[in-house]
Amino acid sequence: MPEVNELVTGAISCHCWNGDRTKFAMCPNNNEVHIYTKKGGKWEVEHILKEHGQRVTGMDWSTKSNSLVTCGADRNAYVWVFNGKEWKPSLVILRINRAATFVKWSPLENKFAVGSGARVVSICYFEEENDWWVSKHIKKPLRSTVLSVDWHPNNYLIAVGTSDFKARVFSAYVKEIESKPEATCWGKKMTFGSCMAEFYSGGGGWVHDVSFSPSGNKLAYVGHDSSITVVNQTNDKVATVKHSYLPYLACQFLTESSIVAAGYDCYPVLWSHDDNDQLTYINKLDQSEKKASGQLSAMEKFRGLDKRASAGQSDTSLECTHQNAIVQICLYSGSKESATGFSTIGVDGRLVVWSCKSLETSIAGLRFT
Amino acid sequence: MSKSTLSTEFRKVDVDELDEEAYRDEPESSGAQESAGDQVASRTEEVKRLTQNGNNTEALKVVLEDPPVSCKDKAVKEQNFNLVLDVLTRFRAADVEKAVGSLNCSQVDTLMKYVYRGFASPTENSCGILLVWHEKALAAGGLGCIVRTLTDRKSV
Repeated sequence: MPEVNELVTGAISCHCWNGDRTKFAMCPNNNEVHIYTKKGGKWEVEHILKEHGQRVTGMDWSTKSNSLVTCGADRNAYVWVFNGKEWKPSLVILRINRAATFVKWSPLENKFAVGSGARVVSICYFEEENDWWVSKHIKKPLRSTVLSVDWHPNNYLIAVGTSDFKARVFSAYVKEIESKPEATCWGKKMTFGSCMAEFYSGGGGWVHDVSFSPSGNKLAYVGHDSSITVVNQTNDKVATVKHSYLPYLACQFLTESSIVAAGYDCYPVLWSHDDNDQLTYINKLDQSEKKASGQLSAMEKFRGLDKRASAGQSDTSLECTHQNAIVQICLYSGSKESATGFSTIGVDGRLVVWSCKSLETSIAGLRFT
Repeated sequence: MSKSTLSTEFRKVDVDELDEEAYRDEPESSGAQESAGDQVASRTEEVKRLTQNGNNTEALKVVLEDPPVSCKDKAVKEQNFNLVLDVLTRFRAADVEKAVGSLNCSQVDTLMKYVYRGFASPTENSCGILLVWHEKALAAGGLGCIVRTLTDRKSV
């Protein structure tokens, strides 16, 4: 059974977990960041961080240095450090003139990438001599708002999903703080900001989310034209499926060949990309049922017919765990190569933690390969 | 007061066109445009032949194949749309399901685009059968099919 936490009545914009999953941070669709901790078996708000002027659109928690980076529609990003008593923010000068949309720490956590509506990705790193965070811009050839960013495990490459219907892979090699990267299947020349690859599934849907596989050789992205694509860069094969469900807003590789995706259908689903580059839909990962309604009296039936033109009971709740669109998926437990759990947040204000093991037992024949 | 203050011409200026940062779709090659017109013309011939023989399903496949989406010429698109509508209205309500069953995924997507185009300009004869087509295409393509009709930059 997935662990359901009804946190707020409104939507949750973004969330992230700390390293040992004892705390999580989320934004309840306003300019605050709420940090939750478990008190007596229940999640409770421990701190409320108020520094952003407008809605907080993205956040990420670094596991090693325990610093939280948040970005908002106020065109700013802050790096928060906990000094034992409270969280202290330090402003990051992003130099963007539109809202920031997404932020993610790199695997080694020495830099983070911020996507924005200014058609720019800001790669920020810490400059020791001036004791502040500096940003470098990736501009060309992004032609519209950056919706999502994911880092390659080698700490140098990033995948960017934008609303110009394309997913791209860029180099974020910052020569000031790291050594020259080795060549990968994405290319050899990795000067900062060079576009290593560009993908267009021919539809016209915004690319809502991008995700690298644990090895970094595959890239998955989901579009608003109800499509899901997996690119296998080792053999240049692109597998696109224009599916028949509502568009996905988030996707995440769980293992090298399993992808969990979720979106406007309000439940997570599992897709599999096998060694023959076949992308197939495996199963819906939500098996919750509607609560059984009691017996209806004749009076209620006719009243229902009169009011709603239906003899059944008035029921506006969905049959799945989330009651509104799922906005983000975060890896919760397990290693990067093989995740054993993931968490989802939705417009319904719920944070749900799903366990792969219990999903495998409750859904017959389901295996996360 | 000087006369120019009464002028409201500035309200008619399309500022979105003047915005340098506005997104513009990538231009299609001009070669495709000329051939699209010919394609529609030759298609009309073949469709006429097939429908006269009573082979409506084949005619449907021909007319849904390779629609002139990249063509800038509205007349060509209009011509193709009329052709498609003609084929769609020839079907009886009972035969629609089987016809949809014989189409592949991209043809179902194209069909849905034409159904919605047909909804946009309703006539006496077309509405009823278009609704049947919509129902069967939805059963085949799911909600994703309708989402693609709404989001695709290349319209029919």
